[in-house]
Amino acid sequence: MSAPARSLISPAQLSKWRGKIIYWTLFWLTVVVFTLVFIGPLYWMVTGGFKSTQEVIQTPPTLFPHHPQTSAYSTAWKRLNMAQLLFNTLYYAGGALLLQLIFGVAAAYALSKLRPIMGNVVLGLMLATLMVPAAVLVIPQYVTVVDVPIVHVNLLNSPWAIWLPSVANAFNIFLLKRFFDSIPEELVQAAQIDGAGPLRTLWSIILPISRPILGVVSIFAVIGVWKDFLWPLLTMQDPAKQTLNVGVNNLSIGVQQDVLIAGLTIASIPAIVFFLLFQRSIMAGLTSGALKG
Amino acid sequence: MTDILESRPAVAVSRGKPRARRRGRARRSLQGYLFLLGAVLCFALFSWYPMVREFIMAFQRTKRGRTTWVGWDNLHRIMADPAFWQAWRNTVTFTVLALILGFAVPFFVAVLLNEFRHGQAYLRILVFLPVMLPQVASALLFRYFYDPKYGLFNQILHFFQLPGSAWLSSKDTALLSVVIAATWMNMGSATLIYLAALQGIPGELYEAAELDGAGLWRRIWHVTIPQTRMILSLMLLLQVVATMQMFTEAYMLTGGSGPQGSTLTVVYLIYNYAFNFNNFGSAAALGVVMLLVLGAFSGVYLWLERRVKEA
Repeated sequence: MSAPARSLISPAQLSKWRGKIIYWTLFWLTVVVFTLVFIGPLYWMVTGGFKSTQEVIQTPPTLFPHHPQTSAYSTAWKRLNMAQLLFNTLYYAGGALLLQLIFGVAAAYALSKLRPIMGNVVLGLMLATLMVPAAVLVIPQYVTVVDVPIVHVNLLNSPWAIWLPSVANAFNIFLLKRFFDSIPEELVQAAQIDGAGPLRTLWSIILPISRPILGVVSIFAVIGVWKDFLWPLLTMQDPAKQTLNVGVNNLSIGVQQDVLIAGLTIASIPAIVFFLLFQRSIMAGLTSGALKG
Repeated sequence: MTDILESRPAVAVSRGKPRARRRGRARRSLQGYLFLLGAVLCFALFSWYPMVREFIMAFQRTKRGRTTWVGWDNLHRIMADPAFWQAWRNTVTFTVLALILGFAVPFFVAVLLNEFRHGQAYLRILVFLPVMLPQVASALLFRYFYDPKYGLFNQILHFFQLPGSAWLSSKDTALLSVVIAATWMNMGSATLIYLAALQGIPGELYEAAELDGAGLWRRIWHVTIPQTRMILSLMLLLQVVATMQMFTEAYMLTGGSGPQGSTLTVVYLIYNYAFNFNNFGSAAALGVVMLLVLGAFSGVYLWLERRVKEA
């Protein structure tokens, strides 16, 4: 951010002493309220995991754990099968990312640069799927995954049940295509004159300049699988195959409150670390994807 | 190079050229479809085919492995189910409440954050953090807070000498409790999108409004809102369509239908038909109703929006 852009309140108004007082009061009030509202629950969660079974449901509650103990965390790790659930979720997200990048980039490249006959019809049909509410399609999708047409395999409890449908993501293909459209045609033609085939052009010309959009699409792909609940709930019924969301939710009924709270903390840590590491690109990607998309 | 080719008069092109060009185009098409193959197959199997199948299933019933056509029977049956009307009532109430909280709050938070010359990065991270958490963590954490006996919320209310609430365990407050939790979980993305839109407003507009003597509220009303109207109206539509499909939050917080069906939503009813009653026909029929309702809503909304824009 360079020179502060003019917004609702003018700089002149802010430099007066009355403006300054209002500004700083409002600012610190916001910081305190936001910290309480958004970090407060997380603080309660992390410290709750260090409390004993008694203390976690005690009234009035304690602000700090009186006798910090880590047993809830180790019990949660074992009882909620955290290692397995975390691995599953990462495995599904990674696979979906890989497949979406391969097939999504190839499709967007074909639609943008190779422009086959009827390509626009294909694009239109893809974009039409964005109009259909996802929750409505879940039932026929489930029936399809149980018995895939033509090949007649049952994909339930197989990672492919998450990976393959994730490729049918019109929004990501649209984002990629729009970016590829902005790459000058001359670059592609120059490569062709030099004898590069379509695959070579894609790999050596298109992909290197498409890094930003690849980042955005990757983030969307990972978050999509990471946050999904209904679909893995239906397709991954085997407890050993479940995702974090589904597994923890299913196991939550039979465990003590302190163990559950500790489990929630463990489940949140990878997401928080991932977010803090990539927060710039995540937040920029979200807004650019949504505003221009 | 291209200049020379294009400036050459069309007559001069020899007779063999068009055929060669056509062959080149055919080859490019073939290559194009090879590149499209993977994505098109996935769309066909997991998106286009299920979409058609949704409509077929809505008119079929499967009993003991035998599938028969039953016409409008599935539709009649779901309409006769009292849960159908309750689910729609809850879903619409949820959407209205979620709009009051989830649409207005992010906008005003964004307007507020946009005024701060300090600490904006920190505040943005805070607002967006819940969006990144696994939903199970946020939802079950809220369930703990909502506990009438030892939950944090009632403890805070008692601390201020206020009466506690039954939150999720009463049919009167369960839906509202789900809305509050859902807003906390989801408001971050809308806030960031509004912030980005606000930063695109040229500062001169505010300056001009100020010279005309417009106070703070009139500047919001006459500059901020019209300038962000496009994105606001799009987000409103998207948010309605998304909240009408609410499932996860209610499923995790109240187990789905809640006390006396007070948090039963349409999508949960679809799930219930299919996976608890093994009645895929009714589930598909309800899905078609949902599709038509959302489609009609979006159509009317976009038509009205165009009318307003032209007026």
